[in-house]
Amino acid sequence: MLTVASAASAAYIVAALLFILALDGLSRHETAKVGNNFGIAGMTVALAATIALAVDRDISSLGLVLLICAMLIGAAVGLWRARVVEMTGMPELIALLHSFVGLAAVLVGWNGYLQVEHDPGGAEARSLDAMSTLGIHHAEVFIGVFVGAVTFTGSVIAYLKLSARINSKPLVLPGKNLLNLGALAVFVALTVWFVIDPQLWLLIVVTIVALLLGLHLVASIGGGDMPVVVSMLNSYSGWAAAASGFLLENDLLIVTGALVGSSGAYLSYIMCKAMNRSFLSVIAGGFGIEAGPAGEEDLGEHREITADGVADLLSQAKSVVIAPGYGMAVAQAQYGVAELTKALRDKGVDVRFAIHPVAGRLPGHMNVLLAEAKVPYDIVLEMDEINDDLADTDVVLVIGANDTVNPAAAEDPGSPIAGMPVLRVWEAGNVVVLKRSMASGYAGVQNPLFFRDNVAMLFGDAKEQVASVISDLR
Amino acid sequence: MRIGVVKESQPDETRVAATPATVRQLRGLGYDVVVQPGAGERSGFSDEAYDEAGATIGDPAQAEVVFGVNALDAQQLQAVRPGATVVGILAPRLHPELGQEWSADELGKPITALALDAAPRISRAQSLDVLSSMANIAGYRAVVEAAHAFGRFFTGQVTAAGKVPPAKVLVAGAGVAGLAAIGTAVSLGAIVRATDPRPEVADQVSSLGGEYLSIEDSDDADDAPNTGYAKEMGEDYKAREAQLYAGQAADSDIIITTALIPGRPAPRLLTADMVASMKPGSVIVDMAASNGGNVEGSVPGEVVTTPNGVTIIGYTDLAGRLPAQASQLYGTNLVNLMKLLTPSKDGQLVLDEDDVVQRSITVVENGENRWPPPPVEVSAAPAPAKTETTAEAEPAKPPMTPARRLVTVLGAAAVVFVLLAISPEALTVHLTVFALAIVIGYYVIRNVHHALHTPLMSVTNAISGIIVVGALLQVGHSGAAVTALATAAILLASINVFGGFAVTRRMLAMFSRS
Repeated sequence: MLTVASAASAAYIVAALLFILALDGLSRHETAKVGNNFGIAGMTVALAATIALAVDRDISSLGLVLLICAMLIGAAVGLWRARVVEMTGMPELIALLHSFVGLAAVLVGWNGYLQVEHDPGGAEARSLDAMSTLGIHHAEVFIGVFVGAVTFTGSVIAYLKLSARINSKPLVLPGKNLLNLGALAVFVALTVWFVIDPQLWLLIVVTIVALLLGLHLVASIGGGDMPVVVSMLNSYSGWAAAASGFLLENDLLIVTGALVGSSGAYLSYIMCKAMNRSFLSVIAGGFGIEAGPAGEEDLGEHREITADGVADLLSQAKSVVIAPGYGMAVAQAQYGVAELTKALRDKGVDVRFAIHPVAGRLPGHMNVLLAEAKVPYDIVLEMDEINDDLADTDVVLVIGANDTVNPAAAEDPGSPIAGMPVLRVWEAGNVVVLKRSMASGYAGVQNPLFFRDNVAMLFGDAKEQVASVISDLR
Repeated sequence: MRIGVVKESQPDETRVAATPATVRQLRGLGYDVVVQPGAGERSGFSDEAYDEAGATIGDPAQAEVVFGVNALDAQQLQAVRPGATVVGILAPRLHPELGQEWSADELGKPITALALDAAPRISRAQSLDVLSSMANIAGYRAVVEAAHAFGRFFTGQVTAAGKVPPAKVLVAGAGVAGLAAIGTAVSLGAIVRATDPRPEVADQVSSLGGEYLSIEDSDDADDAPNTGYAKEMGEDYKAREAQLYAGQAADSDIIITTALIPGRPAPRLLTADMVASMKPGSVIVDMAASNGGNVEGSVPGEVVTTPNGVTIIGYTDLAGRLPAQASQLYGTNLVNLMKLLTPSKDGQLVLDEDDVVQRSITVVENGENRWPPPPVEVSAAPAPAKTETTAEAEPAKPPMTPARRLVTVLGAAAVVFVLLAISPEALTVHLTVFALAIVIGYYVIRNVHHALHTPLMSVTNAISGIIVVGALLQVGHSGAAVTALATAAILLASINVFGGFAVTRRMLAMFSRS
């Protein structure tokens, strides 16, 4: 029998499959747009089915009005943000969106409590009780609220750090790891208590504990570890959605949440591997805590070069590799870099880009910035794809990158970043480093690259320096 | 100020201290340039060319700064005005008495003498390091001279008239000259091997296409100050070095020796016996001939042929045999020096005692003997590895053995099994879905192109807005509080859904192929 409920269930399965196709489509540039459209289709199916279901369950007319208004406002805000966001501001936007999912999960969880636990005589509570799954429902509410709240405050802090509204330095409280573990222990204990005796104050306490945990967790992680944090929060937002799915016994939410959760987890794993650090050590704190910066060794003198000299070098080169980092995003230099790339390619120079997995503040951030500036994606290569070619490259331009091109990672076992895979730019014939000053990178480690004989420094704002290199090149 | 460029007094000197190109650059620094008539003749630069570049042809001795290639001779020195600055390749390491001879006491007038060849080997001073620029030319020329004297091809060929084996070239010492020689010989098609006491040059040798032959050193690295030059090695090392050369000599067609230790006679690398073991027709270029020679039997400035038909070339003017090139590079070294000495680009020479580069090249300052300068430690070279830090570094995690992997997986499976077994039936269905979705998610995400990770995040952002479904079903059913919270949740999640998809769309539209 086709009822609204059975149709909705069918629609949910279709939507879940469409979401899987959407993620699958992203595996290649050619199919990515189609993939996104699959995602939109899946979401449309899911929303239509749910609204039909809500109407079928005799939603109050006020409720329907509120529902439509909320969706319209949300859609308007979302579309507006999506249209105006700068590509350099993508990390902030994504962190902010995570926080919305987290907060929504908290609200859904609280509603679950209000509908069932708070109303033990209500229809839902009675039906759950009949199935003897009331205890499970208690636990689901609790877990959903907890994960959602951690995601919410964590993402808000990440957002504030990424948009430089608060200092991105790691917050170091005494016994920070104990604080985190303590919060987890409190959570477990309270869950057990709540399952036995679902009191309102327990839910309030766990919400506050989780909010504080999320706050502390991300506040104690520094700016350079943000790619890991953002993908970790991506993962949490998925688990929060999945927890809500368990609560509402909705498989679509469970599937989607699991997809998003494993996606974020996998990205975090890639990022951690690219920094040769374990996930736990990233969560446990920044580099400065693990190992102090190496002593102030005298590494010799660095050599400066002028924009004119760089233009000279580039015009004589056959192959050029550009290694951008977060500094390029900060200086908004991607358009200049793209123009430089075009100028060189027009001269017949082979120009390619070398992207370290953790360059920038978001996985794939550099790719998006370069794409924005119309750099063709087939010359933008990943570290593993280009590392072996660097030795045959005439000139490498390092733009606003530091730790990701640090030879100490490969050569100095005592370095705090030892073992981190890096772009071996120093093997190239000449290296020019565009940098604001000689300050050390995120990891607080001095970079011996700058003192090598084949390396020259071009100090100043990356955007302006790239512009003057272009004008000298012409 | 004026800069005077002298005509070199030594009859066999072909170089000149400034070319028309560098004259222009010097004028750019605010100097007037006076060139002695005929100064550039032997390098192929006419007086007219200098004139065109803005120099005046006249008496260089009247200038405040006098440029020469070699040290000025007594007559030229007589002519320079008191207080003048004399710049050239003065070789103060070989002739430390120069500082005294050119002091005001002996000379009767105060002058300042700068020896460009005494520049320290630090990165900043590279642009005025005349030894490197001359060694580069000399290394190139050494191969050209060897090829000239060698009666065969360098490159191997298979021709209709038979097969020609490639020449085997051994380059002793992979400094600047040695590397230039390696590069040149490789580009001519020879098989090139190179030796050097410093194992860290192995990469440079192979980057030029040569093969590095190492001489294992059992001596502990001594603590002599690192000056960036090769230093004299221990006895044990010498014995093994001799063994290596004895073996290589018999096998090589061309040997180019470049071993020099600053301020000391050149080390003897090839004995008469080794030379005698070489095939007739082989060629040796001894680039250290003027400093005593690396090869027994080499004569400075001469070409000799041994009884068994080995040609030993001992030219000491290899760089000067490419006069135009050598003058250009030397002239540019001088321009770079003047850039350093003319900080305000106003044609006023300022000597800064505190700058280690300027202090190092100053032999005489205002009539006062300043030689030798304090030693400069070249810190750019890699510091000796600290073993204690290595020991402290975490031992690398051994890769998981298949057995361990199996145990881990089975353990995890057991935990999952227990959890599922005790959970009520209603939950199991959802957990099944959950577990399968995680696995699918992992495999799908693993294939996502690295460049699309940001769009991936925004898509997952959008679809995690699916939480709106939960809120949609809660709104407008029970109490006002529930409806209010659910409405807020719908609002937030909608931002995600619409914002996430829209921004992904926008990003994906930007990716374009070339």
